[in-house]
Amino acid sequence: MLTGLNDNEIISSVLAGDRQAYARIVEKYQGYVFTLVLRFTSSREDAEELSQDIFVKAYRALASFKGESKFSTWLYTIVNTTCITFLRKKKLEVKSLDDENVFATADHIDSGVSANQVEQKSKLAMVGNAIAMLAPDDAEVLTLFYKAEQSLEEIAGILKIEPNTAKVRLHRARTRLKNVMETHFSAEVRDLR
Amino acid sequence: MKNDFQPSPGDAEMESRLWEYIDGIASAEESTVIGRLITEQQAWKERYEELKSLQELMLSSELEEPSMRFTKNVMEEIARLQISPAAGNYINKRVIWGIAGFFIASILAFVIYSVGLVDWETQAPANPRYNLDIAQPDYSRIFTSTYASVFLMINIVLGLFLLDRYLANKRKKFTEEV
Repeated sequence: MLTGLNDNEIISSVLAGDRQAYARIVEKYQGYVFTLVLRFTSSREDAEELSQDIFVKAYRALASFKGESKFSTWLYTIVNTTCITFLRKKKLEVKSLDDENVFATADHIDSGVSANQVEQKSKLAMVGNAIAMLAPDDAEVLTLFYKAEQSLEEIAGILKIEPNTAKVRLHRARTRLKNVMETHFSAEVRDLR
Repeated sequence: MKNDFQPSPGDAEMESRLWEYIDGIASAEESTVIGRLITEQQAWKERYEELKSLQELMLSSELEEPSMRFTKNVMEEIARLQISPAAGNYINKRVIWGIAGFFIASILAFVIYSVGLVDWETQAPANPRYNLDIAQPDYSRIFTSTYASVFLMINIVLGLFLLDRYLANKRKKFTEEV
């Protein structure tokens, strides 16, 4: 019945009382939200709980969505604030590439996948594992730009920064990703050239 | 952009410009120049192809998916909840402006009244050093002086500013939590 409706039309239905219509929103965005949340936490259980919390918050605040931005941009703002609050609460160490131990720690992040094992996997898995080795803010900006299809202006809105800062962050994240790939996945990187 | 820009291996500027070109955020003029550099110079071409491959990998990487029950879990959770009304629906702006107006008028009245009470003609003692009794200070003299009144008035206004900033920070933190 709701097939072919855009996000704003689905939201109007939900606000008009059709609660079940919200399932369409959840189904459409769960992958994006879950992937973004996984940039902040290594645990899939935590990520699932946080993602659920994000969709519940978005539902409760749905009446305040004015449609001035894309629904996805509004939703990712909730993702960002929820994940930052989660990190603060957990007092997780935000990993940085400047940290000498980052790679040793990163090997344990993605379900204990070691660099050697990863080399046997596909290039796509390699990119996923390389992103998992980045600091959460770098991984987030890459995911927002490449997977969630957010423009630099929209990313700036989500992260509450200036568009120029978003551009710098994206560039920095890509450079760090390239460095991680060249350091840990040199064989795959050679194939790319 | 200079047409004769000669990159060195690992040049950050070249990479930055190539990313702008790939992302489509370079200006038309820059795009033309970069396009020509890619065609004409091997170093630019190699780096462009490398970054393009990385971009394609990023775009084709797969999304992580939560468990099969995820949507069902969310729907069960929201079944017990109501959508909160938009703040604009229950906050009457006239009331907010009325409260703000009351406080501004009170502060202004207080300031005007205090300034009106100030006796600008009062002079400090000719030689206060000899009138100062540290063992038994005369507080009535201190708090009735012109300067003490002005000092108190300024402190009250600053105190109101601090209170406002504290409340604004609290509201900001609450918004972030939500």
